[in-house]
Amino acid sequence: MNWIEPNSIDVNPIQQLNEQGVLTGETSISDEDKLEVYKWMVKARRFDELAVKLQRQGRIGTYAPLIGQEAAQVGSAFALGEKDWIFPSYREVGACFVRGTSPSSFFKYAMGHLHGGILKEEGIFPVQIIIGAQALHATGSAWADQYKTNDAVSVAYVGDGATSQGDFHEALNFASVFQLPVIYFVQNNQWAISVPYDKQTNSQSIAQKALAYDMTGVQVDGNDAIAVYETMKQARSLARDGKPVLIEALTHRMGPHTTSDDPSKYRAKEGEEEWGDKDPIFRYRKWLEDMQLWSEEEEQDLNASIEEELKQAFNEAAETTTASLGDALGHVYEKPTNRLKEQILEWEGSGESK
Amino acid sequence: MTEMTMIEAINFTLRQEMEEDENVLILGEDIGRNGGVFRATDGLIDTFGERRVVDTPLAESAIIGTAVGMAVRGLKPVAEIQFLGFIYETMDQIAAQAARIRFRSAGNYHAPMVIRAPYSGGVKTPELHSDSLEALFMHSAGIKVIMPSTPRDAKGLLSAAIADPDPVLFLEPMKLYRALRENVEEKRFKIEVGKANVVKEGSDITLISWGAAMAETKKAVQMLEENGYSIELIDLRTIVPLDEEAIIDSVMKTSRCVIVHEAVKSAGVGAEISAIINEKALFYISAPVLRVTGYDSPYPVATVENDWIPSMDRIVREVKHVWELSLD
Repeated sequence: MNWIEPNSIDVNPIQQLNEQGVLTGETSISDEDKLEVYKWMVKARRFDELAVKLQRQGRIGTYAPLIGQEAAQVGSAFALGEKDWIFPSYREVGACFVRGTSPSSFFKYAMGHLHGGILKEEGIFPVQIIIGAQALHATGSAWADQYKTNDAVSVAYVGDGATSQGDFHEALNFASVFQLPVIYFVQNNQWAISVPYDKQTNSQSIAQKALAYDMTGVQVDGNDAIAVYETMKQARSLARDGKPVLIEALTHRMGPHTTSDDPSKYRAKEGEEEWGDKDPIFRYRKWLEDMQLWSEEEEQDLNASIEEELKQAFNEAAETTTASLGDALGHVYEKPTNRLKEQILEWEGSGESK
Repeated sequence: MTEMTMIEAINFTLRQEMEEDENVLILGEDIGRNGGVFRATDGLIDTFGERRVVDTPLAESAIIGTAVGMAVRGLKPVAEIQFLGFIYETMDQIAAQAARIRFRSAGNYHAPMVIRAPYSGGVKTPELHSDSLEALFMHSAGIKVIMPSTPRDAKGLLSAAIADPDPVLFLEPMKLYRALRENVEEKRFKIEVGKANVVKEGSDITLISWGAAMAETKKAVQMLEENGYSIELIDLRTIVPLDEEAIIDSVMKTSRCVIVHEAVKSAGVGAEISAIINEKALFYISAPVLRVTGYDSPYPVATVENDWIPSMDRIVREVKHVWELSLD
């Protein structure tokens, strides 16, 4: 019998830096970049803590915390080239920071500013709300690069929940058929709001779904920034040769889905402690300190400078003049239709009644 | 000038636009070797190759979703949805993605792409092949909707759609693909998106229609004129943007209006037009605005479709009804 059985598929996650902060694999990353990666992760976490606090104080709107996913986001984005594009969901603050988004952009986004959705003018798509839709946009973007023979890759950032969506599978299928320079980076954070991984899919891994599309798939310890970085670098090199890649980064969303839900209603405390021990920042810092690359004093300086930067970023967002509805309505089409012009005038109180 | 059917005009225009701009590419199901189920893309793969004439896997959401990514990154994709009834599969990628990208990025990104889809009844297709769904997209801000009814209009409007900086849904009445031939200029020309065509002027009643429904409407106009009515006939050409000026100007002149469309009556484009007339020209009209439309059911089976589609008889009847209801 030539049955293909799921239990014959072997998926072992790549890990380079273990939970104790010991490098068990190899890395090509320079000392300077080791520190860069750490600083981005700390900035992402401090932003996250501040954003949650500001939301609780009612100073920004709904926010989707990323705590626990810093290594997956920073490690992957740090491996990209200047011309590459990323297609984030609403939780990819860390990846977007690395790619050049200013913290004030995310504050503006959470505060409902008109320009809040623009995270950067090139290279980052506006954050996606519809789960999985961006997998297709990244595929199309990669297609455009292939068409124009640009040396760039496109990366779709999706979560485990998105892998249940048709768009995710349609994207992988297209990418494989047309051999597009695209990477699907799945942060399997174990939860799609309140539904756990094992109720999202019955597959042993998300990485193995690549097999169905004859694509390269890989599972990586998503709390290990070094393993994520190295994996992403290899994936990028494959993708540039027209070999799309599916990466599953095993991580954990330590906070709620957004500031609107309460995880204690749907998940038990016990499992959480285990993930706490796998904290991506803790192990990385320990590694740096063991190598004498980092000290308590430098940690304090870093935190102080980030605190100042984030304070300024929030002030900048808070002081940004609110756009008018009229401004917003000007962006439905390149030129407003007569109907929209009429509505803009009506809103401005100067509409003539015919 | 060359005599063309609408399908020939569409094929001709696609070829012309692809010759003109290397960034224009077409993608969809069966559009390559097969040349499209209606031959709209016939022969293009021989000229432009598989890189620019892409037979995609069978996945509507992916056809549109990848086109969004391409368009934002500087290509000009012209995507085909094989039949408009299949467009529900890709509703998110059209209404929530393509149509909104400009708005939600405050103008920073936009998706200049064209989605072509055949629609309309009267050709005895299987289920879900004939539906007229333009109202769904009129309700989805950010996308334009074009519905030509003649070969010449199809050519000029398709060129304009490809040049348009916004996403455009280009709906082709399959009933009219080969129903008539007319002389069409071969050189490139554009018909302005958002400008209706006053097909003929008249003084008694305004008849407004578009796309597939124009065929029966034109027959009705001829019959009515023979019966002594002076009809002003407007072909909307574009549903979004809607040429309100042409509608209002005409109704102010004739004081009566009948709207004919093939889509179901409830919340159809006819309801919108009627509301516009109510808002802007109420005191110029002397009779209620009436609609001749499909019935409020899914598009029916082939054996009863001719009773479902607005017919010349139904149109003539409603025009006479409006005449009888008139105050003056």
